[in-house]
Amino acid sequence: MDVAIVGVGLHPFGRYEGKSALQMGADAVREALADAGADWRDVQCAFAGSMEITNPEAIVGLLGLTGIPAHAVLNGCATGNTSLTMAAQSIASGEHDLAIAIGLDKHPRGAFAADPSVSGLPGWYGEAGMFLTTHFFGMKITRYMHDHGVSAATLAKVAAKNFRNGAANPRAWRRKPISEAEILGSTVVNHPLTQFMYCSPDEGAAAVLLCRADQAHKYTDKPVYLRASALRSRRLGAFELLSPSLPLESVPSPTVDASRAAYEQAGIGPEDVHVAQLQDTDAGSEVIHMAENGFCKDGEQEVWLAEGRTEIGGLLPVNTDGGLIANGEPVGASGLRQIYEIVTQLRGRAGARQVLGNPKVGYAHLYGAPGTAAVAILST
Amino acid sequence: MSKQIPLAPGLFTWPSDEPALLGGRCGSCGYVAFPFREHCLACGLPEMAEVELPRRGRLWTFTTQQFRPPAPPYAGADTVESFVPYGVGYIELPQACKVESRLTVSDPAQLSIGQEMELAIVPFGVTSDGQPTVTFAFRPV
Ligand SMILES: [Zn+2]
Repeated sequence: MDVAIVGVGLHPFGRYEGKSALQMGADAVREALADAGADWRDVQCAFAGSMEITNPEAIVGLLGLTGIPAHAVLNGCATGNTSLTMAAQSIASGEHDLAIAIGLDKHPRGAFAADPSVSGLPGWYGEAGMFLTTHFFGMKITRYMHDHGVSAATLAKVAAKNFRNGAANPRAWRRKPISEAEILGSTVVNHPLTQFMYCSPDEGAAAVLLCRADQAHKYTDKPVYLRASALRSRRLGAFELLSPSLPLESVPSPTVDASRAAYEQAGIGPEDVHVAQLQDTDAGSEVIHMAENGFCKDGEQEVWLAEGRTEIGGLLPVNTDGGLIANGEPVGASGLRQIYEIVTQLRGRAGARQVLGNPKVGYAHLYGAPGTAAVAILST
Repeated sequence: MSKQIPLAPGLFTWPSDEPALLGGRCGSCGYVAFPFREHCLACGLPEMAEVELPRRGRLWTFTTQQFRPPAPPYAGADTVESFVPYGVGYIELPQACKVESRLTVSDPAQLSIGQEMELAIVPFGVTSDGQPTVTFAFRPV
C-alpha cells in the first residue's frame, strides 16, 4: 500500500512562555487537519514524539477522546522521522486508512545538561566537561576542513544562507539576515564554530497527516508521496558524538548508511532531488551532510557555496525555510518541520522562498546523538 | 601537602612518574577501548584485559570549549567568571585507539592535526572533603 501525505501543520518554532508543548502540538494537528479538510474523528491512529514531554500521546486530551491507538515516540534527533515512519507503516500494512505523526517539544534555554549515565557513559566523563554535544561538531568539522580543504568562509556562507532563508519565511524564529562577516566575528563556541553558526534548542510543534495513496484525492488535489524512509544507528568506527574512544580505523557515518538505503528504496538518486532539508545543528554539519547524503563529493562544498548552488534558485536548494539555524530545534518536532517544508515546496506554496521550476522530489535528513541518522524521500 | 586524587579510579596509573591511561584490549579480536570495559564493542565477548595505553600519539582532530559546561555534571573547581577555555581533541595512540581528551592548550594557533602529543596529569578540582583532584590531558610535545 502506497502512502500519501495529505496535510501538514506547524506551530512555528521559537519561545512561547505560558504555552505548553501539548497546546502547540494541538495547534499543529488542527492546522494539518484543516489543510486536508479532515476531522480529528477521522484519524485512526496517532504517533506523537517529544524529548521533554514524557507523555506526548496525551495530546488526545486536547483534540478529542475518540479512543484511537495513540503512541509516544522518542528516538533522539531522529524522533520526527520515526513518528512519520511508524504512522506510514500503520497505513502501508493496511491496518489504518488515516494516521497522524505529531512532534512537540519545549526545551529550557542553554546547552543540554544531563547525567552521562543516560547515555551509558561513566560519571567522570561529565565531571571532566566532556559530556557535551557541541564540541563534537567543532572536532568533526576541524578534521573535515583539514582533509578536504573547506574554509571558514564557507561555514559562514552556510549560516548566512540559512538566516537569509529564515528572513524570507514568515514562520521562522530568526528572521533577520546576518552577514558573513558578523557570523565569522561572533563569539567562538567551539573552534572553528561561532555562536551564529549553531542552532539553539527552542519550542514548537509540527504534524503530518498521512493516508492510503488510493484515498489521497479525498483530501487534497496535491498529494505528496512518501517514497522512502530509512533509519540507521552508528557502526563501530564511525566518528560520533559522546565517544570516549574510537577505533583507529574509520567507517562512514550513519547518515551515509541511511542515505544509501533510502535512495535504494525510492529508486531515486541524489541527482534527481530538487530540494533538500539537511540537519544543520551547525554550519559545519550542513557542509558535511551535503557530501554524506551524496549531493556532492567531499571538498566540493567550497565551490558549491561560492557559486550559491544551495541557495533558493540554485541547483539544489538546501534548508529553504532557514533550517535549524533559523528555526531552532525542538527535538521531537524538528524532523516533521522538515517534512512540512518539503511538502510546502512540492505543492508550490512556499511564497517568497518557493523553489522555482516546479520541484517534484524532496529529501529530508536528520542526525543526532548518540550517532543516529534518518532520511525520508518524498515526491509528487 | 595533601594527596592528589584521580577524578575517577581506574582511568590512569597514579601516582606515577610516567602515568598511562588504562584501557582494555580484547583477547579474542584485539579491539582496544578507553576507558576499560568488560564487553568488547567489536565482537561482544567479555574478554577484555586491562592494558596501559601508549603515552604518546598524534592529534587526530581538535576544538576548543569556550563556555563553562552545564554543572552538574561538570565538576570543575572554576566558576562562570573564572572559567578558562580548554582544548578538546582525539589523540591517535599507535596500535591502540583514538582517545578523546582535554588538551593543555586551548589556542587553536598552537594546535595542528598530526602533531605529537603526550599524556599529562593535570590539576582539576577538589573532592567534597577538600582533597585536590587530577584528571588526564594531552600536551603538545
Ligand atoms: Zn573483541
